Amino acid sequence: MITFILNNKTIKTSEHSGMTLLDFVRYQQRLTGTKIGCREGDCGACTLLVGTLKNDTIQYQSITSCISPLGNAHGKHIVTVEGTNLKDKLTTAQEAMNTNYATQCGFCTPGFVVALTGFALSNSDKNYNNAIDAISGNICRCTGYKAIEKAAQQVVEKLENKKETTFKWLINNQFIPEYFKSIPQRLKDIETKDLNQPKGKYVSGGTDLYVQQADHLADNDVHLIAEKEYLKGVTIKNGVCTIGTNATVSDLWNHTQLNNSLPNLKKHLKLVSSEQIRNMASLGGNLVNASPIGDMTIFFLALNSSITILNSEEKERTIALKNFYQGYKTYDLKNDELLKSIQFKLPTEHSFFNFEKVCKRTHLDIASVNSAIHIYIQNGTIKEAHVSIGGVAAIPKYLHDTSAFLIGKPLTSETVLEANEMLQKEISPISDVRGTSDYKRLLGRQLFFAHFTTLFPKQFTLNDFVQHA
Amino acid sequence: MHKNNSNINLDAKLDAVSKSLKQSIKNLDSYTHVRGESLYVDDVNIRQGTFHAVVFDSPKAHGKIKSIDYSKAEALEGVERIFTYKDIPGENEIGGIIADEPLFAEDEVHFWGMPIALVVAETEFIARKARSLIDIEIEDLPVITTAKEAKVKGSFINAPRSFSLGDTEKVFADCDYVFEGETFSNGQEHLYIEAQGAYAEPLENGNIKITSSTQGPTAVQATTARVLGVAMHKIEIDVTRLGGGFGGKEDQATPWAVMAALATYHLNQSVKLILNRHDDLRMTGKRHPYESTYKIGLSKDLKILAYQTEFLQNSGAAADLSPAIAERTLFHATNSYYIPNVTTKVLSCKTNLPPNTAFRGFGGPQGMFVIESAIAKAAHEIGVNPREIQEANLLDENDTFSYGQIAKKVEAKNTWNTAKNIFNIEALERDVEDFNKNNTAFKKGIAFMPITFGISFTNTPMNHARALVHVYLDGSVGISTAAVEMGQGVNTKMMQIAADVFSIPIEKIKIETTNTTRVANTSPSAASSTADLNGKATLMACNALVERLKIVASEELNSSEKDITLKDESVYINDKKSDLTWTELISKAMLKRVALTENAHYATPEIHFDKTKEKGHPFAYHVYGTAITTTTIDCTRGTYEFDSVKIVHDYGKSMSEGIDLGQVEGALIQGIGWMTLEEIAYSEEGKLLSNALSTYKVPDIFSVPKTVEVIPVETEGNDMAILKSKAVGEPPLMYGIGAYFALQNAIKAFNPNYDLKFHAPMTPEKVLMSLYQN
Repeated sequence: MITFILNNKTIKTSEHSGMTLLDFVRYQQRLTGTKIGCREGDCGACTLLVGTLKNDTIQYQSITSCISPLGNAHGKHIVTVEGTNLKDKLTTAQEAMNTNYATQCGFCTPGFVVALTGFALSNSDKNYNNAIDAISGNICRCTGYKAIEKAAQQVVEKLENKKETTFKWLINNQFIPEYFKSIPQRLKDIETKDLNQPKGKYVSGGTDLYVQQADHLADNDVHLIAEKEYLKGVTIKNGVCTIGTNATVSDLWNHTQLNNSLPNLKKHLKLVSSEQIRNMASLGGNLVNASPIGDMTIFFLALNSSITILNSEEKERTIALKNFYQGYKTYDLKNDELLKSIQFKLPTEHSFFNFEKVCKRTHLDIASVNSAIHIYIQNGTIKEAHVSIGGVAAIPKYLHDTSAFLIGKPLTSETVLEANEMLQKEISPISDVRGTSDYKRLLGRQLFFAHFTTLFPKQFTLNDFVQHA
Repeated sequence: MHKNNSNINLDAKLDAVSKSLKQSIKNLDSYTHVRGESLYVDDVNIRQGTFHAVVFDSPKAHGKIKSIDYSKAEALEGVERIFTYKDIPGENEIGGIIADEPLFAEDEVHFWGMPIALVVAETEFIARKARSLIDIEIEDLPVITTAKEAKVKGSFINAPRSFSLGDTEKVFADCDYVFEGETFSNGQEHLYIEAQGAYAEPLENGNIKITSSTQGPTAVQATTARVLGVAMHKIEIDVTRLGGGFGGKEDQATPWAVMAALATYHLNQSVKLILNRHDDLRMTGKRHPYESTYKIGLSKDLKILAYQTEFLQNSGAAADLSPAIAERTLFHATNSYYIPNVTTKVLSCKTNLPPNTAFRGFGGPQGMFVIESAIAKAAHEIGVNPREIQEANLLDENDTFSYGQIAKKVEAKNTWNTAKNIFNIEALERDVEDFNKNNTAFKKGIAFMPITFGISFTNTPMNHARALVHVYLDGSVGISTAAVEMGQGVNTKMMQIAADVFSIPIEKIKIETTNTTRVANTSPSAASSTADLNGKATLMACNALVERLKIVASEELNSSEKDITLKDESVYINDKKSDLTWTELISKAMLKRVALTENAHYATPEIHFDKTKEKGHPFAYHVYGTAITTTTIDCTRGTYEFDSVKIVHDYGKSMSEGIDLGQVEGALIQGIGWMTLEEIAYSEEGKLLSNALSTYKVPDIFSVPKTVEVIPVETEGNDMAILKSKAVGEPPLMYGIGAYFALQNAIKAFNPNYDLKFHAPMTPEKVLMSLYQN
């Protein structure tokens, strides 16, 4: 039985664990405030909150329920817009949307309200940028967002006075209803032994699989792995970072030490999807999806990562990520194998990391081209370099030749220009909905230049690399 | 035409909504919106035994159907029945303007996504699974995807239309400058977040009730009756509200409702049909792509003396609303400019795309993009700031539009000059220039966009509406109109009118669903005129009730009715409060057997248009405004941000400032989306490539301008506008066109070799390619 608390009600259901949480909430529970917009995590109309008990407190995160399996709700507190409603008055988030004319047709509105409520419940700093990040996965086609920005600002202003992290303050200030107080104890009390997992497709966050094959997963056995402890966690030891493949993008985002080693981490990860998706998407999923344009894959390739693979007999093997991919959507993983972890050496004071991504829409979009670099400099000479690029080949590409070429060269514009010649030989973009091949070639060059103008702004400007400027 | 003059007299009794109500009013619907309690079609409770349907559609853009095998699908457990054209008891025809569109394909398919059959099953999931088991064999026929190709092959929807003023041929010869060129503006997906859908229920005697997410309940009703071969009174359409429309549910909400009704007709059971997003994107039409050519002639002092264009409208595989949209392109071909010699021509080209349809602006934006392109080109060639040409040709009082209407109460120069002064244009331009001098990796661009947009359905007979107002015996009020609430706030505006006329609190007023049994034979909620038409009817109905109630009050209070007013839920005599309250007054009226229900009909006076001459007075009035857009391009990556859009907008006398501002901002962002990142793509075979939200991107919260400033220019308003509060739905969309030219100007600042192209949207791809064009 899948057991969880939905708003103020304990649910025990024997429904198929692979059905989407959205369908369960809307059609089994008739909670119609959660809307269907796209069923691929791209609009946020179905945003829900997931509360996870950690020790004695609950951590809430927003998710898009259209691409989340019902089974992942097991043992959690799931909150829909109805679950935030107060009797006969509006919550603070709702009032902010109302006062600022931030709702027109109203169809996307519950998603925004839930996401803003999630922001209030979360541990993030209560500033305007974080509030906007919290609704970055919500599309509104009516308002043009300016009114929603005002609503977010109003929510932030209310939260700035928040001193305590308990529910009490949020309840007293009408962010959430009274019953939230009872949830931690009730979650402890419900029986949440591990779900009996049938053999079937491995599903972690589901953010990619449910976009591609939701109907199939709703109709066939799935093996949910999101809660498997041995696949979780981010640890740093002796300058090496090990990340469990179940870790989400948000887990990296929130990791203090990792942010210290990669100071632009949040800036880079902000280019990856939306907060709702970052809360769900597992890194392992991004790797085995094997998209030639997978953001995190490109990210980890330039960190020269290795991956550890576990088979059904619990035997492990470790290979370099750059050798993992074999062809379009094919890779070195057998049927009984599972990605366990990713390891990479963290940048040092002599090494520099950068990630670039350009798409039609800067956020919550798939890249036309993305690229990352990790480069070690000593006395003006490149000691080591790893460059990756996506969207220009059948696989997420580690640029072997370009990376090798850079080693031992002086850090000059001539080196960069020559390396680009090498890069252009290594890539083979095709024309598709993300751009023509000519564009992707040009963009590949520009992003390569961007690495250097970004990492070494005192040494390089765009002028050093291109004409016209 | 003159019998409607009384409407204007009635207006005089309520010149504007009271200030306090206007400023305090929130969107009436937002309380349930923010709580997730508003009911859309997929939220209404369904009856036990309801079936669910999905549409089986063509996997080819053009071909002959050789065979279809439904046997495997029919055999799937839970499948009730599959309906095709053979099951249609009436006509297999849904075309509104021209009868050229079948509900279900018969022997041929004309676009990829064309409905062929309806699969009805116990659940949507089963229906979808069954659909995947249908085998179809199609013999390919040649596919046309572009308007140009259609023109070459002589494939048209109808005869071309052409407007003319003066004598372009003659005048071009005398111009100091003449430039020619071509432009392209792509289509645009509506992306209402609520996809298309309908729910049909059987009633007694073969009657059917349909809850539909439509902007045009009467179109749904009439078409359902036609397809089922029954009288219209057997079909009831109810619309609770729409999760966005933008024109996409004006005509194209119809087929889904008709299909659900067809299944209900045969099964005598309720049937629900809600399109999933991919089906919706694939099967429905979008804003029309236009390929156009222009010729513009100017004098040395930058006066545009002659302008000639040919618009090729990519209409898709059937007429839908294309002819009307083409017409509006001609109406707005000269935007805010007075040009003495104009020849415009539009060809509605028949292609193998889904029939393209209404989208906010209705052909107007496409026309305006061309004239703005022509001006940009001329300015570039002559070597002047485009704004000088724009400014030198702005429309003035009593100027003649190419369609014969004389411009009155013109605010083009007023909004332009106000924008120039209030936003200090010299400083803005200097800032951009200085920035560009001091930066190489980033460049800024700035552009002006004036707009002039005509208000009314250009098809004169459509400009009417009705309101049915009940005062219940406890003093509460229920109002039904033809207006469909889709986010534009029309419910709130109707309520404001009633609250002010009756002088009762808004809690006492309910706006009912839009229902064809209460308000019949309606025009769709479209053309920005929903609040005007239905508001005027509501005002008339409320005023008539007040007149009647005043008689009751005068009898009760022994005074003259002309001394009586209703104020704050009480009856006043000569501005002094009496003891008679609103509720008591209603009770007295009941006892006196006075009718507490009123039905009013409003038809816009004065408008007319003669299509044989292509001249007339099609618009009740025009809406004016000016926008200044500033952008910054990242010249390394080709990405861009909009720093600001500064607008001076002619609201007339806005009756609901918050709602109207929301319309301006929302339309602006939609316009910017159309001009920049929203890119529809079809393969050569006619398959939609931008077929999901992962490949079709609309603006998100990060991509909108950092600041949007909207200054209302307080104008006289217009008596033809409800309470002088001008229509606001569509006009501001065209401010977004400025985004294209701001980007172009920024590109020019980086790359002197850039060869001006007018090919929208200006995606990051086009920006980067232009920056590095040799």
